Amino acid sequence: MTAETITATTPSATIHPGWVRVCHWINVIAILVMIGSGWQIYDASPLFDFTFPRAYALGNWLGGALLWHFAAMWVLVVNGIVYVTLGLATGRFRRKLLPIYPSQVIADIKAALTFKLAHDDLSHYNAVQRVLYVGIIITGVVVVLSGLSIWKPVQLQELTAVFGGYDVARYVHFFAMAAIVAFLVVHVALALIVPKSLRAMVAGR
Amino acid sequence: MRERRIIPGVDAKLLIKDAGKLMPDPMRRSFLRGAASLGALTFLTGCNIIDGDTAENVLRKVSTFNDGVQALLFSQTKLAPTYSEADITRPFPFNAYYDLDEAPTVDPATYKLEVAGLVDNKKPWTLDELHKLPEVSQITRHCCVEGWSAIGSWQGAVLSDFLKRVGADTRAKYIYFKCAEGYTNTIDMPTALHPQTQMSFKFDHKILPRAYGFPMKIRMPTKLGFKQPKYVVAMEVTNTDHGGYWENQGYNWFGGL
Repeated sequence: MTAETITATTPSATIHPGWVRVCHWINVIAILVMIGSGWQIYDASPLFDFTFPRAYALGNWLGGALLWHFAAMWVLVVNGIVYVTLGLATGRFRRKLLPIYPSQVIADIKAALTFKLAHDDLSHYNAVQRVLYVGIIITGVVVVLSGLSIWKPVQLQELTAVFGGYDVARYVHFFAMAAIVAFLVVHVALALIVPKSLRAMVAGR
Repeated sequence: MRERRIIPGVDAKLLIKDAGKLMPDPMRRSFLRGAASLGALTFLTGCNIIDGDTAENVLRKVSTFNDGVQALLFSQTKLAPTYSEADITRPFPFNAYYDLDEAPTVDPATYKLEVAGLVDNKKPWTLDELHKLPEVSQITRHCCVEGWSAIGSWQGAVLSDFLKRVGADTRAKYIYFKCAEGYTNTIDMPTALHPQTQMSFKFDHKILPRAYGFPMKIRMPTKLGFKQPKYVVAMEVTNTDHGGYWENQGYNWFGGL
């Protein structure tokens, strides 16, 4: 065996296995539809003193937005369940995202802000990435559960109560969306700054 | 009601091309394909898609599927949470697709509730007769499809008792309501038989004001606000889904909470 074939057949050559990439891009579509239609739904009865511009709100009117929202939710939830199940079952979450040490997080934030954070090994997540990826998975769970508690405040009233009732659950749902949007801004910006990470999520390596 | 509009002054194709320039060369082609479908789906030409007949048909099919899911989730014994007098939202909002001054005015002297379809006794009911039905009361949350909610207090007769009284065939699938202003609505029989589904004649122990649907509103704390007809003049027990004012425009048919 030559050194080349060894590298090619080593499992570490693949940064993201197929299921991660498929789930990732399905999630991209689902989450963008959920956010766009969610903004249109928000505009029908704003929680704060602002509305989202129509140009970025999907569905044309409340009824259209609700059709999008309650269709894309199946894609988001089914895909999310597949992703989390495989992430736990294959040990990928444990391997890639744990452990998280606060001291390392602080050190990596400092390194990132001074552009000294290394990106040579994309298969290894630094502490900031670990925190953000664990955080976004938890936020995903919160956005789905708070959404369910707004959708079914009678049939799932116990869940709605966990979120502090119908009115509070609407705020939880909103802030979970806001957290996802904030994550996306950072996530997309960093992917564009380090384009090989984008390539890895498309081609696997 | 439904405007057809895309982002003014923005060429969606050009936007995707610009995004493509940010990509490393070997990846550009596949990214473009991905971006085209994704962009089409959401921000770039999203409004076009919902206006496309195919997309709209698919979305409506999913909505019908969601009706089935909600019917499965619905429990006839699970009661909506109830609240205390102090929780009542004051003033309780008026909400309709028209202004209050355009709301129908029903003459109580000549009013008759028509009862039609699969029932033994089709005799119309006067308001006096309706007011003599045993009264129940509920303080529950009204959730609007728009997202806001308000807590109200309604008094009236249990719909399932009334259906028994008129000899309705409760194996039928639907109850269809007609209202004085032309509003219509079809609901599923399980919801009609839910113990909290009420023929409401009073709000907060006073005869319903015109704003809240005088002389009769159907109050269902298990459904969204638009599913609850006001100014009801006729009800029909039927196996035919006659749709409804908002449902026909795209709101989800079941509209359950």
